Amino acid sequence: MHVHFLDPYRPRRSPVHSLDGRVKLVLALAFIFSVALTPSGAWPVYILLFSLVLCAEVISDLGVRYVLKRSLLAFPFVLAALPVIFTTSGAAALELTLGPWTLAITQPGLERFLSIACKSWISVQAAVVLAASTPFPDLLAAMRAIHVPRLLVAIFSLMWRYLFVLVDEALRLMRARAARSARSADPALKVGGSLAWRARVAGGIAGSLFLRAIERSDRIYMAMVSRGYDGEVRLMPSPGLRPVHWAILLSGLAVLAFLLLAAYLFWA
Amino acid sequence: MHYSPEPLHIPDGFLSVPISILMWVVSALVVSYALRQVNRDMGERQVPLMGVLAAAIFAGQMLNFAVGGGTSGHLMGAALAAILLGPWAAMLVLTTVVGVQALIFQDGGLLVLGANTFNMAVVGVAVATMAYQTALKLSGGRKWGAFAGAFIAAWLSTEIASLAVALQLAISGTSPANIAVPAMAVVHALIGVGEGLITVGAVAFVYAARPDLLQAGEARQEGKSASRGGRAVWVAGLLLALGLAVASPLASSNPDGLEWVAEQGGFLDTARGSLYQVIPDYLLPGISNQTLATILAGVIGVLIVFCVVVGVAYLRRNRQPEESR
Repeated sequence: MHVHFLDPYRPRRSPVHSLDGRVKLVLALAFIFSVALTPSGAWPVYILLFSLVLCAEVISDLGVRYVLKRSLLAFPFVLAALPVIFTTSGAAALELTLGPWTLAITQPGLERFLSIACKSWISVQAAVVLAASTPFPDLLAAMRAIHVPRLLVAIFSLMWRYLFVLVDEALRLMRARAARSARSADPALKVGGSLAWRARVAGGIAGSLFLRAIERSDRIYMAMVSRGYDGEVRLMPSPGLRPVHWAILLSGLAVLAFLLLAAYLFWA
Repeated sequence: MHYSPEPLHIPDGFLSVPISILMWVVSALVVSYALRQVNRDMGERQVPLMGVLAAAIFAGQMLNFAVGGGTSGHLMGAALAAILLGPWAAMLVLTTVVGVQALIFQDGGLLVLGANTFNMAVVGVAVATMAYQTALKLSGGRKWGAFAGAFIAAWLSTEIASLAVALQLAISGTSPANIAVPAMAVVHALIGVGEGLITVGAVAFVYAARPDLLQAGEARQEGKSASRGGRAVWVAGLLLALGLAVASPLASSNPDGLEWVAEQGGFLDTARGSLYQVIPDYLLPGISNQTLATILAGVIGVLIVFCVVVGVAYLRRNRQPEESR
């Protein structure tokens, strides 16, 4: 079993895919930053921002359904913001009686909660488009271009290179455990040992995964040294941005700045 | 095997901008210091070792065991990495894991990546190092001390990291402290037990197979190897653990106080107020009713953008058959 399906990159031929990774990373970060800066309750701006990301989804040919499905990944976290509906002070919009308690849903609270949920949802979509339309090596080059430390970028790239190998390793270990864990057809028969025993087995798997990773990194290091690695991380210099990409980058930033300005002027 | 997001990773939109930026600055400082320390300690071996171990932690997070009632225990790995690698290397490994999870799998946001790095890599590792080192000292370096220390380190780092998440949410005004703090604390007290059990199992395995690795990790924690600051991490871990453990119940019982902090910290609101006063009655030309103008502007903008979206989609659809021909 291999886990190549973990890689979220979806190769397509689209203007978004062929856009320079650096432009995409900066635009995605600026977009998420703008979403975060938009005051709560500025609904028209949210709709405009949503339209922007929807545009990117359509142009990128990824399929709106795919992006929306992936964007629901962060959805459970919305629970954390649910209590603000009741605790924000303001005029009560609706009162719920649950036995001895009375919960009042306030209007500012509801507005705040919906704003948080919308912001989160729109931001995740931008991140999904970025990851699905940019191969990871391009993202690494983009990280280097925005001055993430060189060593950290090198560690990221090595992690990505061996991620699939080690996930396969973990899956093999877990398959071995499953193969040795018989289950009785009789539901009354208790199997699987005690909780502490199961935890120790899982811990053993984690420990041997760790040891195998350390030993593998030794072999990788030897292979790197024998090919001339001297501790210096050398990355391909990335060519300068083409004028078209500069234009796209600047106009994208201008649109975001304009939206933010509008949000503060009209709906703050 | 499906990729499931972790409950401790905050998505974008849940933290206020000042908190996100503050957390970015703190994390960047700590991580760049850790990079230098690990480089001094491991030299050119740093890149392959850190990269592969980050991949191992990521893979290990898929590991689970049945706890009963349909729930399962998971490994997050902050404590295990701190015990086996020492604090600085563990911070780098976890930073890499959190970063890849956010960039590739949208598990945790990009603007809040600084906060997630702080919670998992800085708080998690510092607290785990503090707990493990203390347990080793108290037991005189015996075997049971290492195992008990592993459990306490794993449980405490999970719990304190969850308190950090709850406090960040509360200061951002996303979740009221008197609900978020107890909820996070109770849930992660249970999750921490699973984490602790797996970590003990893993440490026991390494103790049997490669005891030299455990000793090397201990040496790094006490700062005996080339990297320094073992004691500083211990102090930082203690301060973080105590600070968060004391601040959380306080914030939880006085949510008003936290709101005050949020208001004081919310320089954006201040900036917004002054900007608003410069142009107090901004109106669309030709329309005297401000509410109406606002609604109209919004509706027109939305219409324009949706037209663009539909147009773009239409153009793409027309072009595709030509390409495939």
